[in-house]
Amino acid sequence: MINLELSAQHQETYNNLRLVAEHMMRPYSRKYDSEEHSTPVEMAEVAKLLDGGAAGAATEKSSADSVRNGANLLAVTAYEAFCWGDVGLLLSMPGRGLGNAAINAVGTPEQVQEFGKTYAAMCITEPGTGSDSANISTTAVLDGEEWVLNGEKIYVTAGGRCDTLVVWATLDKSQGKAAIKSFIVKKGTPGCEVTRLERKMGIRASDTAAISFSDCRIPRKNLLGSEEVASDEEGRKKAFGGVMQTFDNTRPPVAAMAIGVARAALDMTREILGREDVTLDFATKPCNSSAVQAELYKMEAEWEGAKLLVQKAAWMADNKLPNSMEASMCKAKAGRMGNYVTLRCVELCQSLGYSENDLLEKFARDSKIIDIFEGTQQIQQLIVARRVLGKSSSELK
Amino acid sequence: MSNAAQPLFDLTPTDEQRMNRDTMQRFAAAEMRSQAKIADEADTTPVDFYAGTAALGLAMLPIPEPLGGAGMSHSPTSNALIMEDLAHGDLALALGAVSPLAFVNTLLDQGSDAQRELYLPPFCSDQFLAATTALLEPRATFEPTRLSTRATANAAGYTLSGTKTMVPLGLDAQLIMVIAQLEDQGPAAFLVEGTPQGMRREPESHMGLRTLQLATLTFEETQLPASALLGGGDFNLQRFLDLSRIGICALAVGTCQAILDYVTPYVNERQAFGEPISHRQSVAFMVADIAIELEAMRLMTWRAASRAEQGLDFHEQSYLAKLFCAEHAMRIATDGVQLLGGHGFCREHPVEMWYRNLRAIAILDGVASV
Repeated sequence: MINLELSAQHQETYNNLRLVAEHMMRPYSRKYDSEEHSTPVEMAEVAKLLDGGAAGAATEKSSADSVRNGANLLAVTAYEAFCWGDVGLLLSMPGRGLGNAAINAVGTPEQVQEFGKTYAAMCITEPGTGSDSANISTTAVLDGEEWVLNGEKIYVTAGGRCDTLVVWATLDKSQGKAAIKSFIVKKGTPGCEVTRLERKMGIRASDTAAISFSDCRIPRKNLLGSEEVASDEEGRKKAFGGVMQTFDNTRPPVAAMAIGVARAALDMTREILGREDVTLDFATKPCNSSAVQAELYKMEAEWEGAKLLVQKAAWMADNKLPNSMEASMCKAKAGRMGNYVTLRCVELCQSLGYSENDLLEKFARDSKIIDIFEGTQQIQQLIVARRVLGKSSSELK
Repeated sequence: MSNAAQPLFDLTPTDEQRMNRDTMQRFAAAEMRSQAKIADEADTTPVDFYAGTAALGLAMLPIPEPLGGAGMSHSPTSNALIMEDLAHGDLALALGAVSPLAFVNTLLDQGSDAQRELYLPPFCSDQFLAATTALLEPRATFEPTRLSTRATANAAGYTLSGTKTMVPLGLDAQLIMVIAQLEDQGPAAFLVEGTPQGMRREPESHMGLRTLQLATLTFEETQLPASALLGGGDFNLQRFLDLSRIGICALAVGTCQAILDYVTPYVNERQAFGEPISHRQSVAFMVADIAIELEAMRLMTWRAASRAEQGLDFHEQSYLAKLFCAEHAMRIATDGVQLLGGHGFCREHPVEMWYRNLRAIAILDGVASV
């Protein structure tokens, strides 16, 4: 049955996490925005709360049919609630890095056992390689029972504070995508060094590290997935496809971050404007409303559309439907919506929006990264376009 | 409605909806697409087409069995799916075809028992019964909650005065639901049969929807019986508008899907600089954005419909869906023409017609109750 409401259980989770966001994150938003690179220790408490089951059970299955509302819908619901609180602080939640997602998704039981509960960051981007992640230059060479890693990684979210790194490296650059593998590196391993923390426009609570690997030796068993480099075309495609598939699961939650921060901006804007008697009745036609009301309606509509795309992509993943296109659709839409809404909210509240007395200006700075990381707007459009048009990456570049 | 006390998030249509969609989609492909452009260019109302839609039995679907109908439960979601699928064939023809269904839906939703028993059985025959709704008035700042058309109570019933515009099937409709301001009371709906004394019908000509027979209806002290007042005067204008906005959104979704389905093979086949134009990001990204915004339009429409069906408040959702669909449908239609370049501007391709038709989404109200 067509129903686009959250299940009662997921709605309750959302409500609970919104309280967590309001009382355990918002109070520290300004502090860690001002004190970039200091660790938001308060987030350990939030993480503990989550380990205690505050997010609720993951999966609900209807008895009548086989529809599932599972971990993916729960994730987008939780991310939205947390990012209503603070995007940067969510990214600073110990034990919940992107690397954790990768280890839990493709790790062996032993790898999950050893590293699943550590705080794991993901190292993909390099100084010379952003969106074309198939082009990375960091190398991994097998020497006896050890891999030897060499290269530079940047934009590692939580790279300074984490315990574990999941590093993309190539076994043989001449073999292209198929030779790219992920490796688990314990922080503190000789040859692995955090060389710099970035200073950023937004999400300053979250540390973004540059990490270098020079003859960094790790155990052979720390490779995620298979050591084989596929030799035939089919296998080569599949190998990198497997690596990229992680994104089908991570893009909807990242898109949900934009839903959360845009909701925060809209709530705050409507409250501020409400104090000056600007209210919405959702009845007057936009063209008969004041300009500020019409703009608020438009933003609410854009928010709703983006949110439903995110929920659809997550629902598809929960129900084992291929969702690569929908994951990119929701990331593209939510990314640009979040940016547009938060910036417009600053404008609509004029000096109150621009001021650091309130958080609207911070939301507008934080939101920009969501349209960039986990695949830029343009990369998402490219993926959607290829799917809709039936084009390969060599035809539609 | 499902029996489940707490439904899960789900985008799966019911089996019944799936079968129904199949029928509508086949009808739209076989009977609508080809006729739409011919009728649009000839600037005529394809009377035979509308007569042919009687075979679909659209209007009788939700009518209770004792009154001769199919007795399906009144389902805003199913109705929205019907409208989406028919509009994939053609927006104007779809709106005309569902105009009686919209009339029936409002009657079922807000009419009295006596009115249902009187007016619904004629919809359950194999003839197309032209019925429609008159809400819009010819003013630039028209607002449904500020109506100029007035009804005044008198001993014989009500007199109606005012001008309605953009009334679908406005020349032929034998049953018309006229929304007017009832003096000293508030907004109300009146059931007008035929062309009573003091009522005039005049054809209109618009940039699009040229096969919908849009008309001006003028009422000058038109006397109506007391029984013409819908639901005895308990008219919920906002609910009526909200239900109709869902239908208008669904029609926009179907039309925009048709645009996406049309431009996709076109940009793959059209060559420039030695390769398909779809190999250029400026073209490909436009197509991607059509697909993205269209899907958001659809989900917003479905959500509002599903909330209405479940008895949840759906006022904000239908308002936002209408706003979103109006804006993005026009964007999609504009890009649809742009993607075909000069060919899109010429009437050999349907994109220019979709562009003209979809401009109406932001303007239409009240004519497509689900």
